[in-house]
Amino acid sequence: MARVLKAIGAWLDSRLKLQSLYASSAGHMIPRSSASWWYVLGSGTLVCFVLQIVTGICLALVYVPSTTEAYASLEYLNYQQTLGWFLRATHYWGSNFMVALLTLHMIQVFLFGAYKYPRELTWMIGCMLFLLTLGAAFTGQIMRFDQDAYWGLGIGVSIMGRVPLIGAGLVQAVLGGPIIAGETLSRFFTVHVFLMPGLLIALIFVHLRLVLTRGINEYPVPGQGVDPDSYDEEYEALVEKEGIHFFPDGADKDVIFSALVIGGILACAAILGPEGPGGPPDPTLIDTAPRPDFYFLSLFAVLALMPPAIETFFILGILPLFVLILFAVPFISNRGEKHPSRRPMAVVAVVMAMTTLVTFAALGVRSPWSPVMDAWSGLPLPEATIRNRSPLELAGAAVFQAKQCRNCHAIDGSGGERGPDLGDVATRLTGDQLTRQVLQGGGNMPAYGKHLSPSETTALVAFMRTLHPKGELPARDASVVVTPTTR
Amino acid sequence: MSNSETPREGLPPAVPPVTRRSFLFTLGLGLNAVAAAFLTVPILGYVLSAVFRRKAEQAWIPLGETAHFPERQTRLASYRNPFTRPWDGVTADIPCWVRRLEGDRFQVFAINCAHLGCPVRWFPGSGLFMCPCHGGVYYEDGSVASGPPPRGLFEYEYRVEQSVLWVRGGRTPTLSESV
Repeated sequence: MARVLKAIGAWLDSRLKLQSLYASSAGHMIPRSSASWWYVLGSGTLVCFVLQIVTGICLALVYVPSTTEAYASLEYLNYQQTLGWFLRATHYWGSNFMVALLTLHMIQVFLFGAYKYPRELTWMIGCMLFLLTLGAAFTGQIMRFDQDAYWGLGIGVSIMGRVPLIGAGLVQAVLGGPIIAGETLSRFFTVHVFLMPGLLIALIFVHLRLVLTRGINEYPVPGQGVDPDSYDEEYEALVEKEGIHFFPDGADKDVIFSALVIGGILACAAILGPEGPGGPPDPTLIDTAPRPDFYFLSLFAVLALMPPAIETFFILGILPLFVLILFAVPFISNRGEKHPSRRPMAVVAVVMAMTTLVTFAALGVRSPWSPVMDAWSGLPLPEATIRNRSPLELAGAAVFQAKQCRNCHAIDGSGGERGPDLGDVATRLTGDQLTRQVLQGGGNMPAYGKHLSPSETTALVAFMRTLHPKGELPARDASVVVTPTTR
Repeated sequence: MSNSETPREGLPPAVPPVTRRSFLFTLGLGLNAVAAAFLTVPILGYVLSAVFRRKAEQAWIPLGETAHFPERQTRLASYRNPFTRPWDGVTADIPCWVRRLEGDRFQVFAINCAHLGCPVRWFPGSGLFMCPCHGGVYYEDGSVASGPPPRGLFEYEYRVEQSVLWVRGGRTPTLSESV
């Protein structure tokens, strides 16, 4: 038996030259120091990608990319197709893991100075892979054709509509028509299942080819910088002296990590299940608050918080500039120290970038800038604010709710956060100031003059004058002399 | 990898002579370029056809009897987009806000926020349109009241004929092009 197998192996080898293929690919020599736990993130990302391909093919067996059928086919996958829910969940969590691991991989490469000479192109191809992965994530979010997908597309084309001169044409080219409809979904399906995976596979090959031609980064050592004039010989000498075959000698940690990654994805899929679909993609169902998946939450938040005047400039000027800088990193710093302990600014840059992203993403989850659409009808007033109030003040409380003030203004923490919490507004504004603010608006508040009768205004202000913490006096007009007895 | 320049003596001259093979190869490349052009033009025409027929995709659409829209009120209406594919399904049902001032004076607003296109909601109590995405707020006449929108709500051209309200529309409004 063994003899037969051996013979078959020898026959295949004589045809395919497998041994020389092995020696020049998986068996290539790497520095012993590179077989580190820090170096498993790239292969972990690749494992996610393979998993996405496999699960994606499975989903495409059932999913129908048509605006009439897509939603129904997603529901079918969730509830009727055997294990359809699990495949959807695995694809969804696989994408989350892939974005997360790719981000960590980039951070590790950046902190270890691996982008420096001679691996500039490896880094730039990696940046393209990063952008493509985000693109696949966004188009994948559209495949989950629900309300969030529909209005997410709306946000996408609104951004494109801001491009000068060609904006309108760009919008139609992306939508495949004048509105978000059948051809739009077909287009995004094509991009998601044909174009992006194809490009990703091609670029992954180039990325890995570069790992073979220019080697994997050695584990950085403080004080041992890169000098492009002598680096190649030093690296060759290092590999010569203490090199090991990547496969199988240097791949032990990668193999363990890849099993952990797959296990993590499957566990998330089994325990947390698939994402959505949310409400049906019917544009006439407007009671919706669209939110993107987590990787775009920070951008979503930035778009809400930026001064409107610089918004188009930011989207079309600053964002591409950030991407350009990302690509240019190896040319900005091509030589010198690799170890993070000798590159404090690199560490600061990563900490700052990640703090910014996470902070904005957290804000995106809460969306404090967005009115709480049903606060006026759904949230009760805190009991303390209406106990022992006069009829006028109670009428004012009713006006406060009926005029949707609550959508933007919380009282003692419950309600919208668009405007300030009014739980202690009486300590900040006098009655006259409250009247003026309500009628004329200002400071980002609409004017309510046309929608409040004088009696409603009087009642509303009387109610708000009661909103102050126990023991704190309401604000008063300092020009009016108050004798202790009148209070 | 090696920095040493190979000596140029003994090598053929820099411009090789035109042989039958090299001529045919160059000719072949040229023919392929022509073929590629003949392929590219129809592909671009196909993929970008939506861009070219853009100007034609505007039409008058009936929104219903004016009696459905009480005076001094704002109501949600919807219409079937006239430029639709048979498989568009519900996505071709486009909502809009109809505000009837009095008589035959109307304002018809696109549902899409002028900031980033999310659907705005009408609150009759406060007379405001509010956007659920980034907090854009508009007054009842569509002008910006608060938040990030760079302009007021997109407004449809309208006309009233035999007590039927018509609007001119057909596309998703963006800052480049209104409805």
